[in-house]
Amino acid sequence: MLLRLEDIQTYYGKSHILHGVSLEVQAGEVVGLLGRNGVGKSTTMKTIAGIVRPAAGRVVFEDKDVAGLPPYKLAHMGIAWVPEDRRVFRLLTVLENLRTGLDRPGVTEPRKQALLDKVYAYFPVLAERRAQAAGTLSGGEQQMLAIARAMMLEPKIILLDEPTEGLMPRMVSQIKDIVHRLGGDGVAILLVEQNVPLTLDATTRCYIMEKGAVQHHASSAELRANHAVIRQYLGV
Amino acid sequence: MAIPLDQILIQTVTGLVNGMVLALVASGLTLIFGIMDVVNFAHGDLVMLGAFVGATTVATTGNFWLGLLIAAVTIAVFGALLQVTTLRPLIGRDPLTTILATFGISLVLQKYAIWQWGPSARQIVEPVSGQFPLFYLQYPWYRILTALLSGAIIGALYLFLKYGKYGIWIRATTQDRVMAAAMGIPVPLVHTGVFAIGAAMAAASGVLFGPLGGVTQNMGFDFTLRAFIVVVVGGMGNLGGSILAAIFISLLEAYASLVVSPAQAVIVSFVALILTLLVRPTGLFVPTPK
Amino acid sequence: MSHRPDLAYWGGFVIAVGLLFVAPVVLPPFWARFATEILIWGLLAMSSDILIGYTGMVSFGHSAFFGLGMYGAAAALLTTKPPNLWLTLLYGLAAAAGVAAFVAFFATRLREIYFSITTLVFSQIFYVIIFTWTEVTGGENGLTFRQPALSFLGLGSLPFTATTLHWFVLAVVTISFLVLRRITQSPFGKVLQSIKENEPRTRAIGYAVERYKILAVMLSGLFAGLAGVLYALQNKFAAPDFVFFTVSGEVVIFNVMGGMGTLVGPVAGAAFFLLLREGFSRYFTEYYLIPVGIIFTAMVIFMPQGLLGFLKRRLNS
Repeated sequence: MLLRLEDIQTYYGKSHILHGVSLEVQAGEVVGLLGRNGVGKSTTMKTIAGIVRPAAGRVVFEDKDVAGLPPYKLAHMGIAWVPEDRRVFRLLTVLENLRTGLDRPGVTEPRKQALLDKVYAYFPVLAERRAQAAGTLSGGEQQMLAIARAMMLEPKIILLDEPTEGLMPRMVSQIKDIVHRLGGDGVAILLVEQNVPLTLDATTRCYIMEKGAVQHHASSAELRANHAVIRQYLGV
Repeated sequence: MAIPLDQILIQTVTGLVNGMVLALVASGLTLIFGIMDVVNFAHGDLVMLGAFVGATTVATTGNFWLGLLIAAVTIAVFGALLQVTTLRPLIGRDPLTTILATFGISLVLQKYAIWQWGPSARQIVEPVSGQFPLFYLQYPWYRILTALLSGAIIGALYLFLKYGKYGIWIRATTQDRVMAAAMGIPVPLVHTGVFAIGAAMAAASGVLFGPLGGVTQNMGFDFTLRAFIVVVVGGMGNLGGSILAAIFISLLEAYASLVVSPAQAVIVSFVALILTLLVRPTGLFVPTPK
Repeated sequence: MSHRPDLAYWGGFVIAVGLLFVAPVVLPPFWARFATEILIWGLLAMSSDILIGYTGMVSFGHSAFFGLGMYGAAAALLTTKPPNLWLTLLYGLAAAAGVAAFVAFFATRLREIYFSITTLVFSQIFYVIIFTWTEVTGGENGLTFRQPALSFLGLGSLPFTATTLHWFVLAVVTISFLVLRRITQSPFGKVLQSIKENEPRTRAIGYAVERYKILAVMLSGLFAGLAGVLYALQNKFAAPDFVFFTVSGEVVIFNVMGGMGTLVGPVAGAAFFLLLREGFSRYFTEYYLIPVGIIFTAMVIFMPQGLLGFLKRRLNS
């Protein structure tokens, strides 16, 4: 078991956002996290990444209790977070953005170069624009950069929060391909998405959240056929 | 009443020299503010402490450069300790709390200096003596050296930030500290490091300023005030802006002292601040965002 | 809402005033003077609390209001013959009001840190002007003058003694406290507090936030100026030192140490600071500010609600 959340309670100030979230992800699995806007999907991601500290509950990563650890330690342990609004470092170049994830303890120069080459192979457009300021990239390119940047951490799990939001259909299918490729590479992915068909296609199973907790859990194959559940929780 | 041209030109040189020293102080302050939202009220006192440490070292060893180095390193370490003990606990709190905390620290440091080094002023002997004729004056070489050294240090800072792993860490943390942490950058250490760098720069300016203006226990407040003005006029967090603003303000003051006494000339910088805040609060030297 | 807390509050108030009333009679002259000083600095601290504690604007420029009140009083006492107490008050308050209006106009539209820096800069501007305009202000040496007599229209006048001056100061400060308290509890005061808590929301509800802030600065400046007049009356001199930033800094210390937003807290903070200064200077001589500064910084970090807030919590639990 790579990652397990047990009954997570999280607050933003006085607002009780997460009312006992529990889920788990195995190594190499691609798991979906669905739900309407505002149910707490992003907050769950932030809790895993250490951005937000849970008030109660456990976050267990590779059998270690990690709730409350600072985000940079979790990044070193192998948790990579790709936030909803991408948050590329706008004033840094593409290459500098990638280097933020590369300059970690214990990574040799050859390995850094190998990682860069790998990522340029995944995303040739980033290779082209490597000396450009990240803020000048298009939305789709920024999304690719955000994912590439996460890959620089050589993560065991990538927390991918709404990667296709605001992107054109052509880019959306590109993202889907990338998710497949990453999954094929053995990296676990926890995918939050509004695009339900894409999620059901890219993942093996899905959790569905409502009102700050996981309310339903099934394999993606099942969910594809279960229109009633989709309609109930996702209002489509 | 016409002012002779050579007087104006001499004041221009003086203004530039003072401006470079002030730029060194202000860059540290704006760097610290940009990365951790701390308005360091004690920054001028770090200048003062650096000057005293430098003065003591120069007096005992006779070597100005050793004094400069030791002052910078000592105050850098001190700054790091200060940040870890008093400013780290305040992260995330109201920014006015940090201004109050650093104000308290400033009080302690000022009195500590008197306790440690006594109430009398110190001297730092300039490393290069000699003058060159500048119009009707004999202008000390040391002043030009000061401007060059300050510029060199700022230039080194710029290169450090632009290239190299730590420069990227600092710039990333300044832009988005949460995302930087999520990328594995040890943000608390970066904060401490930047504070130490700012402190070292402040200390260096103190030592460089020593031969120009002496080393006194209350020089800190003046520097803090001027540095604040420069940072606001230059745009908080904007390194290039602070340098331009420092030179601008110093030139204004230098020209003003042709007409009024130096004690009154300082009002021009106050007026510059107020005008900036009224007309262009993000900073006079900040390019308008597109 | 029971009347108990009110009773405790007003009971404490009456006791405090009573103690201060008998102070000059029972205490040796040094401590009697000390008590008067605590009252004056307490008033200054209260005036600052209106801005810091109630409106959420940290002013580093109160020395300007205080100092101008002092110099305004000096102007009255030096230019009018015979020196008249009420005219002195008037001049001092007018000077302080003028400065306050000036500062209010320029500074209130700035947010937080910029407001604080600007008030600092303004007080330094006034310092430089007063320090260098020797012909009018006496420059470095300041001005000395005589104390006016306590006069009542038509009823004759009575020269002050240390004791009667103390009672006069006590009366002024007590009335000021009651007035300020009334104001903070009025709808106006509530709006100020709402500005402190959430300025954008207060604006969104429809309040002309700038106008309230300007009024707050004027109110604060007026009472600070009043403190300056009292100081001039007690000490019979005015000096530029009192316009220098140090005074503003000390006022902020009183506020933080005592407890912002309580009116009483800053007075307690002033007393606490002055007593600490007295006590520490016996052992540390002029270095008393080192331990006091450390205590202050520690309080900012660990006890931001000040002494009063801390005690309140202790008493409630």
